Amino acid sequence: MDMITIPAVNMTPIMPEIFLSVLAMALLLINVFVPSGQKSYIGYISFIGVIAAAVLVGTGWGMHVESFNGAVVQDNFASFFKMIFLLAAGLAILISDQYMVREECNHGELYPLILFTVVGMMLMAAGTDLMTIFLGLEVMSVSLYVLAGFNRENRKSNEAGLKYFLLGAFSTGFLLYGMALTYGATGSTRIADIATFAAQQSLPSSNVMLLAGMLLMITGFAFKVAAAPFHMWTPDVYEGAPTPMTAFMSAGPKAAGFAAALRILLVSFSTMQADWSQLFWVLAVLTMTVGNITALRQDNIKRMLAYSSIAHAGYCLVGFTAGNPTGTAGIMFYMLSYTFMNIGAFAIIVLVGKKGEPNGNVMDFAGFGFKHPALAVAMSIFLFSLAGMPPTAGFIGKFYLFSGAIQKGYIWLAVIGVLNSAASVYYYLRVMVYMYMKEPTEEFDWLQVSAPIALSLLISVTGTLVLGVVPSIVLQYAQEAIKLI
Amino acid sequence: MENLNSYLTVSAILFSIGTIGVLTRKNAIVIFMCIELMLNAVNLTFIALSRYLGNLDGQVFVFFVMTVAAAEAAVGLALMIAFYNNKESIDVEDVNMLKW
Repeated sequence: MDMITIPAVNMTPIMPEIFLSVLAMALLLINVFVPSGQKSYIGYISFIGVIAAAVLVGTGWGMHVESFNGAVVQDNFASFFKMIFLLAAGLAILISDQYMVREECNHGELYPLILFTVVGMMLMAAGTDLMTIFLGLEVMSVSLYVLAGFNRENRKSNEAGLKYFLLGAFSTGFLLYGMALTYGATGSTRIADIATFAAQQSLPSSNVMLLAGMLLMITGFAFKVAAAPFHMWTPDVYEGAPTPMTAFMSAGPKAAGFAAALRILLVSFSTMQADWSQLFWVLAVLTMTVGNITALRQDNIKRMLAYSSIAHAGYCLVGFTAGNPTGTAGIMFYMLSYTFMNIGAFAIIVLVGKKGEPNGNVMDFAGFGFKHPALAVAMSIFLFSLAGMPPTAGFIGKFYLFSGAIQKGYIWLAVIGVLNSAASVYYYLRVMVYMYMKEPTEEFDWLQVSAPIALSLLISVTGTLVLGVVPSIVLQYAQEAIKLI
Repeated sequence: MENLNSYLTVSAILFSIGTIGVLTRKNAIVIFMCIELMLNAVNLTFIALSRYLGNLDGQVFVFFVMTVAAAEAAVGLALMIAFYNNKESIDVEDVNMLKW
């Protein structure tokens, strides 16, 4: 009988993933023995674990190691995105505790599930094989379905979980069919081999199977990043899910979808850029416009931020359309800024919400500026940044995305983007008008700001302002990261 | 394998049936079954292509898809039970609290 030789495997590229998976599984076991009133400790341990994983990712910066026969890679592109995921997870863990205690669903499983989601997102960013990317995407999605429906006594949360599950699984079908056709056309699931095959073709877009595979994969990713016309699930899921999980979902998985799509399109299908650029032009315009116009008429602030998150995905798609180093580095920078400003805004919503009615209405913010000046200033900073005003991170991010488009000659796309951005100012400033110019309709209770939320707000405000004032410290990393893929 | 086209046609038909089912059915479990049909259509595509190309990658992919589908079923059915506990129905017409 022939012996099967097991090749030596270099584990270093997936060290952070291994660490987080083991930690999450250990925490699931420990959780059984923790009395129900003390589940917060699971959260604290997870937060420390996230920091440790960030250190692991940080020490790998600058290296380029391929492993598992070319199925995963450790490069700056993956490391940059991994940092975004860890940041989103860390901030989400910090704002979860107070909310979950208030809603009486402080089950310890929440934190391991967040960690598993991060593992999935990391594999998506690091995967260089369609198989790895698919597996990462599913690890992420399956955990997210549970997180969206986490408050199982609450009907809205049930609905959010169910909807997210049905539509998420549906979109996975399209993504997989795309992967199957691409495999059939090129004979490989490796991203690099697909690129080699496509480069040998004189006219790759005339290969129907390859073209159909690419289009179906783009459809699948468009679902995951909530691009119009595949955005229908977003507002419902974002409104129904527990608020800290909404914050997490709008930042992390979106960045992961962009990471995987960027790697597949820029490496595998670089020779077909002329074809997919056109498609992304349409997607970007649709997504920005639909997101912003529907956000204008929302009174529920979670729903408003859900539509605004669709619009922000649209701004990132502008960077996709450009597909040049400025645009793609802009996407990475923008996702990082978005993580800071969006999770920060959601942290304030967590604080303002009351038990049983966590979906804050815009009217609930009336008079907020007088009662809680410090929190109102923080909220204003996040809203200014989301609207894209200087000197905040959101402005710089949009600046790079749109200048990428202009460099490539997409003047009209940039114009539409800027117009959209101007329209978005209306609904962001509306919240500020309520905060500073309206009398409170009811007495504010004394808001209890727990230490973890205060820490998350501090991190978010600092991040939003620092990225806005001195963007070069992060942007140079993004540019370095995009150079290699 | 000369009849690759027939395998691909069958799987494309199965995939379409699944898609139409997801879009038209009202019962969450039937919708989920249609999604499974889509995934199995993809599996058939992978296996047929794998035989045709003489390359095992596609068959390995199928194992991953089957495992993932099982995990999805576990989570999805649990979500449906949680929904049923609160609403006594798994008809998607009753999934109606969140609307704009």
